[in-house]
Amino acid sequence: MAISAKEIKELEKAAKRLRYDIVMMIGTGKPGHLGGSCSIADIVAVFYFHKMRHNPKEPKFPDRDRFVLSKGHAALAQYAALAECGYFPKKELSTLKELGTIVQGHPEMRRMPGIEAYTGSLGQGLSVACGMAMAGKIDKKNYKVYCIVGDGEIAEGQIWEASMTAAFYKLDNLVAIFDKNLVQATGPIVERYDTNPHVEKWKAFGWEVFEIDGHDIKQIADALDDADKVKDKPVMIVARTIKSKGVPFAEGKAEFHHGIMTEEQHKTARQLFEE
Amino acid sequence: MGMQNCRTVYGETLVELGKENERIVVLEADLGKTTMTKFFEKEFPGRFFEMGIGEQNMISTAAGLALSGKIAFANSFAVFATGRPYDQIRVSCIGELNVKIVGSSCGLSDFGDGATHQGIEDVAIMRALPNMTVLSPADGIETRKMTRAAAEHEGPVYMRILRNDVPDVTDEKQEFKIGKPSMIREGSDITVFAHGYMIYKALKAAETLEKEGVSLRIVNVSTLKPIDEKEIKKLASGVKGVVTVEEHTIIGGLASAIAFILRGTATPIEAVAVQDCFGQSALNYEQLLEHYGLTDTAIVKAVKKVLG
Repeated sequence: MAISAKEIKELEKAAKRLRYDIVMMIGTGKPGHLGGSCSIADIVAVFYFHKMRHNPKEPKFPDRDRFVLSKGHAALAQYAALAECGYFPKKELSTLKELGTIVQGHPEMRRMPGIEAYTGSLGQGLSVACGMAMAGKIDKKNYKVYCIVGDGEIAEGQIWEASMTAAFYKLDNLVAIFDKNLVQATGPIVERYDTNPHVEKWKAFGWEVFEIDGHDIKQIADALDDADKVKDKPVMIVARTIKSKGVPFAEGKAEFHHGIMTEEQHKTARQLFEE
Repeated sequence: MGMQNCRTVYGETLVELGKENERIVVLEADLGKTTMTKFFEKEFPGRFFEMGIGEQNMISTAAGLALSGKIAFANSFAVFATGRPYDQIRVSCIGELNVKIVGSSCGLSDFGDGATHQGIEDVAIMRALPNMTVLSPADGIETRKMTRAAAEHEGPVYMRILRNDVPDVTDEKQEFKIGKPSMIREGSDITVFAHGYMIYKALKAAETLEKEGVSLRIVNVSTLKPIDEKEIKKLASGVKGVVTVEEHTIIGGLASAIAFILRGTATPIEAVAVQDCFGQSALNYEQLLEHYGLTDTAIVKAVKKVLG
């Protein structure tokens, strides 16, 4: 069923709240992954508040859809969504990176409920997602496995090993989203280490590929619905995004991959997302 | 003394486990004809995954399977199973995931294939990882028990397996428990701590030395991690010294483990191991062991050195 205009509005608001939480988690004077977290905020909002079958009261129920954030540094978006869903109290978000916190610099499943895997060492998440999808096939479960990979991350050869596995084992219960935010830690992808072309690569590897605007809620939701109809192939949704989307002074800038906001910048960013 | 091939025993045991437990799945990196996972593939094609020659992806995929309730055995040669996907294994260790990594053709046992194929640092690398259990069976009997113990153990396990036929040296009736060293031979002068095929070499050394009136106590430290420190201290006491023997580099393996446990004591220690160097090809296994000083004669020499 197509997503309604009302739902789209609600999800846009939800994505705005995620961005607010991301900005608040980072705060001022300490570095945080603003760029990658904001580029996936709309996608994460559609996952948790619209598409995925999940239950914060029973995070491990066997038939849940899985979400593996392969580009684990963008976890702030996922943390904010999990808190909003009630996986843990929202006040925990303010403890980002503190000693002993569940809100680690990169996602840790044994610390935070709702996290499905340990990610952050780049290139591994898609393989983990393949394993989960293969288990789903063995167990004849109909859960879906979602995975987000980044355009810097795919320089890791393991991504392509996993891409071959997903196609060879016909993992049509696996849907990956490619966060094409164009910027890696040290600068624009095309200048630093060009991983293009993207669509052609995954097509050649045997995937069904869709291309969308990764900040358009309707396009994200529709693409995920279309992915459900694909049989015998994994699906890659190439989502064109903007690094630090929504925060004008940081948009598209490598220094906000893991940057520090001044008090002035933080105030500006916060006001953008305050309701 | 019977001879068994540890790889074959491992492959057969996987099949037994597969019959008993539906959660067992096996991943292979195109070496199934050698690691003997081909037995499992034949019996349970739906729970066997050929992953191609891609060890990193294999280990992370095993992690995904483990996260979905499976007990995943990931296989390759010891050198590729531990070295190539080190970071992927590390992430499985952080998560304490049920990933069992089995390194076949360990040590110098892939004698013909040379330095790139010989896994002589695997124990050191795997021991360095928190939450990892490191196992090294001495013979076919122990391989069977250990494979079962690995499947039953909750969490990551690394088990190294020899390529060649080796004589039975352990007692069929003795229970194998992860972390427990076991007595192979009682003796009063020197304690030899060894694992893998080196237990057999130690037994041969003991025969030679017995004729000269020297009595060796031989202990099988087939769990390299965790190590029961109290038990090791006990087994190292009441003798004049200790010799460690391993088919592994002298750095980071059994010698390191035992020396660390016995720190602060007056116990003299000698180590028989591959020195800080890589292997090479040889036309047969024994020739290679001799070249790198992993022989009963070398053990005899080390014992005499300790005795002074």
